[in-house]
Amino acid sequence: METLVRSHAATHQRRGFVSGDVVFKGATMLFALSVLGAAVLMVGALLQNSWSTLTKYGFSFFTGTVWDPNRLIFGAQAYIFGTLCSSVLALLMASVVGIGVAVLLVELHLPHWISTPVAFLVELLAAIPSVVYGVWGIFVLIPMMQNYVDPFLSRFFFWLPFFGTDSGGGRSMLTAALVLSVMIIPTVAAISREVIRVVPDSLREAMLALGATRAEMIWKAVLPYARPGIIGALILALGRAVGETMAATMVIGNFGYVGPNLFHSADTLASKIANNLGEASDLELGALFELGLILLLVSVLLNVLARLLVWSVSRGSAEVA
Amino acid sequence: MFVESLRAFYGSKLAIKDCTLRIEPGQVTAIIGPSGCGKSTLLRCLNRMHEVIPAARVKGKVLLDGENIYATNADPVLVRRRVGMVFQRPNPFPTMSIQDNVTSGIRLTGRKRSREMAAIVEKALRDSALWDEVKDRLKAPATALSGGQQQRLCIARAIAVQPEVILMDEPCSALDPIATLKVEELIAELRENYTIVIVTHNMQQAARVSDRTAFMMIDMEDRAGMMVEDGPTKEIFSKPKDKRTEDYVTGRFG
Amino acid sequence: MAAPALPERKPMMTLAYRRRIITNNVITGFLVLCALLALIPLFWVGIYVLEQGWPALVGQFPSILTEQSPEGGELLWAAEGTLILIGLSCCVGLPIGIMTGVYLAEFGRNRFGDLVRFVADVLAGLPSIVAGIVAYSVIVLTVHHYTPLAGGFALGLLMFPTVTRSTEAVVRLVPDTLREAGLALGVSRWRTIVSVIIPTAVSGIITGVILGVARVAGETAPLIFTILGNTNGFVGWDQPSPALSLQIFQNFLTPQDPTIDYPIGYAGVLLLFIMVIVLNLGARALAASRSGAAR
Repeated sequence: METLVRSHAATHQRRGFVSGDVVFKGATMLFALSVLGAAVLMVGALLQNSWSTLTKYGFSFFTGTVWDPNRLIFGAQAYIFGTLCSSVLALLMASVVGIGVAVLLVELHLPHWISTPVAFLVELLAAIPSVVYGVWGIFVLIPMMQNYVDPFLSRFFFWLPFFGTDSGGGRSMLTAALVLSVMIIPTVAAISREVIRVVPDSLREAMLALGATRAEMIWKAVLPYARPGIIGALILALGRAVGETMAATMVIGNFGYVGPNLFHSADTLASKIANNLGEASDLELGALFELGLILLLVSVLLNVLARLLVWSVSRGSAEVA
Repeated sequence: MFVESLRAFYGSKLAIKDCTLRIEPGQVTAIIGPSGCGKSTLLRCLNRMHEVIPAARVKGKVLLDGENIYATNADPVLVRRRVGMVFQRPNPFPTMSIQDNVTSGIRLTGRKRSREMAAIVEKALRDSALWDEVKDRLKAPATALSGGQQQRLCIARAIAVQPEVILMDEPCSALDPIATLKVEELIAELRENYTIVIVTHNMQQAARVSDRTAFMMIDMEDRAGMMVEDGPTKEIFSKPKDKRTEDYVTGRFG
Repeated sequence: MAAPALPERKPMMTLAYRRRIITNNVITGFLVLCALLALIPLFWVGIYVLEQGWPALVGQFPSILTEQSPEGGELLWAAEGTLILIGLSCCVGLPIGIMTGVYLAEFGRNRFGDLVRFVADVLAGLPSIVAGIVAYSVIVLTVHHYTPLAGGFALGLLMFPTVTRSTEAVVRLVPDTLREAGLALGVSRWRTIVSVIIPTAVSGIITGVILGVARVAGETAPLIFTILGNTNGFVGWDQPSPALSLQIFQNFLTPQDPTIDYPIGYAGVLLLFIMVIVLNLGARALAASRSGAAR
């Protein structure tokens, strides 16, 4: 291909023709460059606006537990905790369901009229705007949690530190984790499904030929092979949960909290920013931007990690086939 | 093992029709024929692997020691335990070590003590002529082995579960000549303890290795594979009863 | 089917075998349960939206569209605002997305291309609120007022990685034979790309765009402090402006009079829900017809 292009361009140049190819390639390259530019812009904007607080508070910003704009004390620990806790909890729930759906769709050889709608509907879960989840969360999930689920859990599991007596009345870490998990199930399911699909059939056949049941084949041959990719899917889903704003802020209670009690209200990085940025100024603004910076870094880190893992599976399956 | 009036389908397409074949215990039976004639399909019907493909069906009977493996209450899981398979391309499990590959079949039916396992591993690897080459690196990943070694590992894995019959689907076609030779020698040794059915597109290999040979062909009219003739290898190659067999083994087509 | 006991073979351990079969069936049942657990929330939310939104949107149609929320604003303006924002985000997101996608597919098999691809993929996971605060700092703080341009910019940032990825994928799929044919006829490379390759890939590109739009239409977080919302509809490029998702958020979170605010809010939710589903179905249908035609 390249030799064709080069000789053609050379022909044109000999005739004194300004190569449209060069212009076109340059134009598209410029836009590609702007992608990098956008990334730099983002980091730069966040850094610039949070510089004041970055330099002023330094490390204590991450460890401090008090956030008081009036007294100019900013500690982000509660929000970092809230983000991580709600997201990890959501991931735990979503990973089981998501991987289950993925295995179901790939290994169970369901007829098309079942598997196609199921796959489509699961993906539709991701399309629902988060504010819709938020409204549903406020009017349906919170009352349900408050009236049925929370009392049930505290009756039987009160001995666990996760279900304390202090309750946010349904507006809690647990509720937020539930909503988040529903929102990230499609991510887990879609990527896991792809990763499982590309596991070479030769491995499945080898396991079956040894006299394995289907469940044994999946557990011992398919999943171990797909494991790096599935972990990548989980990490990607975690990244989604971390960045989710609206659904979380509408059900979590917006009260900075660090502790094991899942019934307690809490707050996340994204939620704090959404609630307070509008009226903030000076140092508080800088502090909120710093929260944004943390959020960006965490999300980027998770994305990079996930990509590396998913990559390694697709390269690996080419070797085994 | 006795195959009786077997027909196999991929969806609605007939792949092989009315195959009848007797497989003698303790002998190597080779199935030969031009490519696409359904040899592999027939082989896969012998351990109920054909039906693993979505929409694939089998009609007819395959008797193992008098019992029909396709009886309505027969479980493929148990059948495959008694009839093992080695595939065309070596397929050891890449996430497992050599040792774990060998024991992967036995571990399905429950844990054994590690000394017992080690003994099983050694016996299986010795019987597959692989022990000397890997005995120092049993924990190494299976992918570290060469193609020929991997195939012998797959054989070890298959015999570790002590099947009665071993099916081999063109086991040497992905191997170099030296590895092929080793596997053929191995087949000769394995004959003492197992019944072997081997599909091969290489006539010379069939002549070298097998006691009985079956010849299959495609019926031009309905494009389905069928059994033409089977008998002792010497006869098939020197005095075949059917003209089509004679044409094939003398190289006039195929 | 029990194995005949030949002396040197092990007899089948029937208890262990039964346990394996039961395990297999239990796991199959578990997998079906997972699918149910995944789909129940979908129907739950969907039914709730219909249940609350139908009487509001259809029952009070069309007055509900122009009814003033005590909280401020009306649905028609909010919808109009959303459309304007979609247009703005397309102005930002589509050029970058499509051109970068074309670059990566046609010229991008080098280190620079890898870097761009990597960054675009990472940016696909950008939290929407971060896009919002970037737009806030870059535009709102610079021009000292809220503006739909900032909202469009933030949404464009969120949109372009999806468009880039799908454009690259689709352009890559165009067979090389078309490229070679163009060159063999003496057509310059860029003309081949613009007149042959891209039109062939256009339905795939459109699918990617529709999916990008569907994602962006429902976003709220980046809009909170970029367009702020406006009780009087869209009044100007240098003024705060409304959006459907934002209106919903405001009506439910800070309602002045729930008896009026909520129905309007629910109608808005149904509207948004339908819009997103229609866009997704449209993208799917387009993709299906493309792969059908290709065969």
